[in-house]
Amino acid sequence: MPGAPAGATAVAVSALRVVRGGREVLHGLNFAIPTGTVAGFIGPSGCGKSTLMRAIVGVQVVKGGTLTVLGVPAGSAALRRRVGYSTQFPAIYDDLTVTENLRYFAAVLGAPPSDVDRVITEVSLEPHSEALASQLSGGQFTRASLAVALLGTPELLVLDEPTVGLDPVTREELWDLFHSLRVDRRVTLLITSHVMDEAARCETLLLMRDGRILMRGTPDDLRENAGTTNLDEAFLRVIRDAERSRS
Amino acid sequence: MSPRLTLATARRVANQLRRDPRTVALMVLLPTMLIILFRYVLNSQQAFDAVIPSLLCIFPFNIMFVVTSVATLRERTTGTLERLMTLPIGKIDLLAGYALAFGLFGVIEVGVATTVCITWLGLSVQGSAALLVLIAVLDALLGMALGLLVSAFARTEFQAVQFMPLFAFPQVLLCGLFEPRDHMIGVLSGLSDIMPLSYAVDAIKLVTSSTQVSAELVRDMGIVFGCILIALLGGAATLPRRTP
Ligand SMILES: Nc1ncnc2c1ncn2[C@@H]1O[C@H](COP(=O)(O)OP(=O)(O)O)[C@@H](O)[C@H]1O
Ligand SMILES: [Mg+2]
Repeated sequence: MPGAPAGATAVAVSALRVVRGGREVLHGLNFAIPTGTVAGFIGPSGCGKSTLMRAIVGVQVVKGGTLTVLGVPAGSAALRRRVGYSTQFPAIYDDLTVTENLRYFAAVLGAPPSDVDRVITEVSLEPHSEALASQLSGGQFTRASLAVALLGTPELLVLDEPTVGLDPVTREELWDLFHSLRVDRRVTLLITSHVMDEAARCETLLLMRDGRILMRGTPDDLRENAGTTNLDEAFLRVIRDAERSRS
Repeated sequence: MSPRLTLATARRVANQLRRDPRTVALMVLLPTMLIILFRYVLNSQQAFDAVIPSLLCIFPFNIMFVVTSVATLRERTTGTLERLMTLPIGKIDLLAGYALAFGLFGVIEVGVATTVCITWLGLSVQGSAALLVLIAVLDALLGMALGLLVSAFARTEFQAVQFMPLFAFPQVLLCGLFEPRDHMIGVLSGLSDIMPLSYAVDAIKLVTSSTQVSAELVRDMGIVFGCILIALLGGAATLPRRTP
């Protein structure tokens, strides 16, 4: 947010517990993300990343704990214009064109119609803007869904595995976009991934496993702690250490 | 409730329907074709006159029911609903948008069916033809609203279509098409009294058989309208912003 005080907190989570399908899948998470940060939530599939993102945008029933997003409780009606969310599985209407999809969501947000062309450019879908969503390739479909989250002027972007299955060139472009949003508009980004190559692009990493946060730090912290320059290997060491200290 | 969001949603839903000509043809033409078929199955104007008002209710009701329940189920299962729940749109805006788009197709559907019935199949309307169309549209909207509601209780499209025999067929059997409602045995007549389609059929029989707008007709239309509202509000209640 342009006017946000320096050092403000965008997202604060404390003692967050979530039960899904009769099982506790988040076991009391605590963390805070400062405004204007790109934070990566990295962990194997099933560790609870999507559940956490759903809780932050206010569509997940939570069992306990508090979530404060941009200064108000997660899920508050006031946040619906200020938070952009992109689900893990692309969520757009496949019987509409890319432009028609974006026009509808822009209308819902009350965003100016010119936003549609802007976000299409941001995700490099200009050649396919008039294609039906059902006729897009997997990567194009993912980008079209991501574009919806960019409509309007969100202060917080919650992106669940936004770069999965994309080619390296597009991935690079999207990461450039994420960083420019942070620098130019002080947008805070929460990005999940199950692959470590994405981790290097984040300013702060939260490594997750089995509904817990194992480690929090910069990519350099992680490499240093584990005594290796390879992030994959570093993550494996963190897991091994955590398991040893638990048993 | 916001007219702007309702209209935007209605335009979006209508756009989606436009891409699916088969479904549009099913909604707009199928009731009329079934009514024509029925006319020649009976092969007697007298027998047909007795059932045609009921048919004008029943076919549009059923087709709207099945098309709407599957369409809204798709919204629930494809993740777009989860996305909309994070955006500044009310659940009522969303449902009203669906109702408006499907209602528009309902008007066309019923308009075609009544025109064919009056000009070709010899339907004689004692009351006002405009009122007849209005009642038939209400009936189609009733099917739509109930379809919206039951989609909450289905997880797949396969389950959604199962509500047709489970939920719609008993209403057809008990609405007075086969046997006058007050001739049925006590239990069935009681059941018939709590089914919304019965009042829709009663209303349409009244408008075709009498030039007067009786208190009974107004009451029946009121009941149908009330059921539509209750089903839409029930549908909104089954769209929680937070899910487990
Ligand atoms: N709809 C659901 N119902 C019940 N359990 C679920 C549901 N979705 C996910 N889970 C469970 O919650 C846990 C966390 O899932 P998720 O948050 O999707 O993990 P991730 O995004 O890290 O892959 C998993 O163990 C998964 O089995
Ligand atoms: Mg996930």
